[in-house]
Amino acid sequence: MQTESGKLHRRALVGAVLEGRGDLAVVAGLGAPAWDITAVGDTPLNLPLWGGMGGAAMIGLGIALAQPDRPVLVITGDGEMLMGVGALATIAVKAPKNLTILVLDNEHYGETGMQETATRHGVDLAAMAAGAGIKNPLRINTAEDVPALKAAIHAKAGLTFALAKIDAASLPLVLPPREGAVLQARMREAMLGPQAAYE
Amino acid sequence: MVSTTASAATDWPETIYSLLKQYKVRQVALVPDAGHSRLIKRCIADNDMDVVTLTTEEEGVAMMLGGWLGGARGVLLMQSSGVGNCINMLSLGALHRTPMPMLVTMRGDYGEFNPAQVPMGQATQTVLEAMGTLVNRADKAEDIGAAVEATLKFAYNTYRPTATLIGQRIIGAKTFGKD
Repeated sequence: MQTESGKLHRRALVGAVLEGRGDLAVVAGLGAPAWDITAVGDTPLNLPLWGGMGGAAMIGLGIALAQPDRPVLVITGDGEMLMGVGALATIAVKAPKNLTILVLDNEHYGETGMQETATRHGVDLAAMAAGAGIKNPLRINTAEDVPALKAAIHAKAGLTFALAKIDAASLPLVLPPREGAVLQARMREAMLGPQAAYE
Repeated sequence: MVSTTASAATDWPETIYSLLKQYKVRQVALVPDAGHSRLIKRCIADNDMDVVTLTTEEEGVAMMLGGWLGGARGVLLMQSSGVGNCINMLSLGALHRTPMPMLVTMRGDYGEFNPAQVPMGQATQTVLEAMGTLVNRADKAEDIGAAVEATLKFAYNTYRPTATLIGQRIIGAKTFGKD
C-alpha cells in the first residue's frame, strides 16, 4: 500500500477500505476519488460524482440523516473538500453517528494539471475538522492505520473525519456511468427497495 | 389551504409549515432569513424534521440530493442573495433528476433600502431559470400557499429543482431606522 514516495497508494487504500463493505453507502467526490471507487468495483451503493464540486460531504450528510442505521462514507479529494470546507462546520453540528468523511489528500488538483492545493502549503484539513468540532480526526499514513478507520466507518458510533496522505501519481481512468439519473435511481433502489421507483 | 386575505397576511409561515408536513418533508436546510424566522422556529420545534443550518446555501442543494437518495424529502429555505451561491451546485439536480424545492424570501425587490441587495435580488429568477429551475412568485400573502404547494408538487412529482420567490412586498423592507 506504501509507494516509493512513502505515501499511500490511493487505489490500494480505497480497495482496503471498501473490502467487505456490506451495506455501506459511498459518495465519491468528482475526479480521482470517483475513478478509485469505480476501480474497486462499481455497485448501486456507489455515488460517483461528475460535478457539484464542494458538495460531496453534504450529500453524505443528507444520506446519513435519512438512513440513520446505515454506515455512510464520503471519499473525496483535498481540492474538493477545500471548496466546500464550511460543510465541516455544518456537519459537525449535526454530527450523525453513521457518517465518515475520508479525504484522500495528494496536495494537488489532479484533474487539471496537478496544480498545488493549499494542503501542499501546510493547510491541515484534519485540524480544520477538529476545529469544527469533529472529535479525534484520524490520520491515515500507513496500512496499519486502516483497520481503525474501517472500524470507525462501520461502528456507527460517532461522526468521523479521516485524512489520508496519498501518493500524487495519476492512475489509469476507470470511469463510472455518466448518466446521473441512473446513478440516483440505482442507489435509491439499493437503499429503499424496488418501491423507490414509484415515489 | 383556504385562508382569508386578512389572516394570510400574518399566517403564511404557518401555511408553509403545514404544507411541509402534508408533503412529508423530513430535511429542512436553511441559511436564516428574517422573512423565514417564524417558519424556522416551527421546523426546529418539530422532532420529525432534521433542520440543518448551513454555512452557505449550496450545501443545501447537495444535501437535498443526499436526502433524496436516502428516501427523505428535503427543502431549502434561503434569502434571494443565497440563490447566487447555489448556481453551480444546481447542476446536481439537473444531472441526477432530483427534487429540490427552494423557498426564497426576496431582498433587492419591492421597496428595497440596501443597494447591495439589488443586483442579486433582480437576478434571482433569471439565474434560477438559467439552471433549469421552475420558478413561481407570490407577491400577495394569500398567494403563498398555492405557490408553495405548486413548488413542492412540481419538485417531488417531476424530479427537478423548483422555487417559490416570496416577494418583498409581503415581507417588507428593512430600513435600518431610516424610512
